[in-house]
Amino acid sequence: MLWFLLLKNSKMTAFICTRFAQSILVLFIMSLLVFGGVNLVGDPVEMLINPEADQAEVERVIRELGLDRPVTEQYWYFLVNAFKGDLGSSFIFGEPALKLIIQRMPATLELALFSLFISLIIAIPLGIYAGYNPDSKASKVIMAGSILGFSMPTFWVGIIFIMIFAVQLGWLPSTGRGEIGTFMGINSSLFTLNGLSHVFLPALNLALFKISSVIRLTRAGTREIILQDYITFARSKGISEKRVVLIHVLKNILIPIVTVVGLEFGSLIAFSTVTETVFAWPGMGKLIIDSIYNLDRPVIVAYLMIIVTFFVFLNLIVDIIYTFLDPRVRIKGDHQ
Amino acid sequence: MNPKLRKFIEFCKDFSSNKVALVAFFIFLLILFVAIFAPLVSPTDPYDLNTVSIMNSRLPPFSEDFSGNYFLLGTDGAGRDMVSAIFYGLRVSLGVGVLSGIFALIIGSFFGISAAFFGGRYESLIMRIVDIQLSFPSILVALIILAAFGKGVEKTIIALILVQWAYYARTARSSALVEINKEYVDAARCLAFGNTRIMFKHILPNCMAPLIVVGTLQTAHAISLEATLSFLGLGLPITEPSLGLLIGNGFEYMYSGDFWISIFPGVALLITVASINLVGDHLRDMFNPRLH
Repeated sequence: MLWFLLLKNSKMTAFICTRFAQSILVLFIMSLLVFGGVNLVGDPVEMLINPEADQAEVERVIRELGLDRPVTEQYWYFLVNAFKGDLGSSFIFGEPALKLIIQRMPATLELALFSLFISLIIAIPLGIYAGYNPDSKASKVIMAGSILGFSMPTFWVGIIFIMIFAVQLGWLPSTGRGEIGTFMGINSSLFTLNGLSHVFLPALNLALFKISSVIRLTRAGTREIILQDYITFARSKGISEKRVVLIHVLKNILIPIVTVVGLEFGSLIAFSTVTETVFAWPGMGKLIIDSIYNLDRPVIVAYLMIIVTFFVFLNLIVDIIYTFLDPRVRIKGDHQ
Repeated sequence: MNPKLRKFIEFCKDFSSNKVALVAFFIFLLILFVAIFAPLVSPTDPYDLNTVSIMNSRLPPFSEDFSGNYFLLGTDGAGRDMVSAIFYGLRVSLGVGVLSGIFALIIGSFFGISAAFFGGRYESLIMRIVDIQLSFPSILVALIILAAFGKGVEKTIIALILVQWAYYARTARSSALVEINKEYVDAARCLAFGNTRIMFKHILPNCMAPLIVVGTLQTAHAISLEATLSFLGLGLPITEPSLGLLIGNGFEYMYSGDFWISIFPGVALLITVASINLVGDHLRDMFNPRLH
């Protein structure tokens, strides 16, 4: 028995090591891609040096950036500097790119977390209802709505929200982040009324595609659970239907949903680029889009490297968690 | 009767059993027709500077200008007729979406089928790349490519191909794995046919059904993604005004209440994407209920 556990654990360790090595490899390839994109496609001098610089300044910066050296050497310096946390300075703000991105990170995280909260609050009750009464008219409307939610382009829905709630009705503000409050040492606009009014529309917009997918997940889960023996048993004990749904179904459905949604948190961060641009939300996503407009190359490179690193390690953690939760993942060569 | 024809008629009957999908299919055909013949069916040429007048800018829907031109959906900031701009935009959006879909289908099925056929390290490598790529959200993959290499028509198409090929590769591999063990493949091997011939003349045709399903759903996704990227200013250049760019153009007039400039192109986009999705959903149910 002990021997078996050891074997199992050594397999697990080997698995984690392979995945870690793969993550490093992916990061390396991404750095090649980003470096290649910035430095080899197009003129690096034009892209990396402030267009307002004069000739002497241009030559000084070329020497300083090492652009007169061979490409391989340049790439090596890029890697070494990236390891030191130096990803260059923004042309526009004149500050280190890394610092700019970290400054804007809380706004993006706040938006993503709040929209996650909204999507769960809206989608779980609707999904349970649709799973509990699969043939009712309301359920069909809910399911049709979720298909529509998949088809609707997020940015366009955002524009419609602005038109209805901000321009026509004037209920909620449509741009920027509101007042920032402090609660338990955390600064966030979620702690003030003004801040909440600002975050509501963008968060709802970002939540839309998540709502559609959580409704489907919850409905499928509810339909499965309702047929289980313990539900029949609970009913036979004379427990009210309300309690069966609210306690027994909800409790069992919550675990897989929270797991899946939590693991997909990264996609909310990726999609927030679109929502932040529509609602002028001062997060990382808006920063990258603005930087692309302004050809602020150091910020673009820094953002891409940070977001790729974030995703690579998020995926690594997800993979490891899954191996602990679901032993089938460990079977070699299973790509289904 | 020709057995192929009979099979086709049976397929049509089967497809028509779902009325929603049938209606969606006809709507999609209509959109396709409008997109292909945009210069013929549009009331005006929105990009002909001789006919577009800045005097007509931002006219609301159902309005008429002094020379009697009627604008059903109003005009945009430059005085272009919205109906015509949407027809031309559909052309660009569908063109980019379908073109990238076809390339991704070719590349993806090539790698998918060859991975299943040869197996071993080659298969592990290809499928590992597919897995890694699918672990990134599609918008992020496109964003990385377009942010690093800049915008443009070819770059947008390349980004869309890179986003999609992995889905085709995975689908092609899993259906090819089933086909490879069938007798006709053994028979072809016994006849000493070349690997390429077996893979693409024998196995590929039998993998087409799931690939077509993925193709429909992926094309809808690609059109929507292209619109998003163009709206963000990362996708197509201003010379190729797709629906996404039209919506983006209208966005600046939103706050002054001129809703039609960005709402109507969006409605066109929504109808296009939703009709393709509904057809794809039904095809999926028809071909293979276990898929996904």
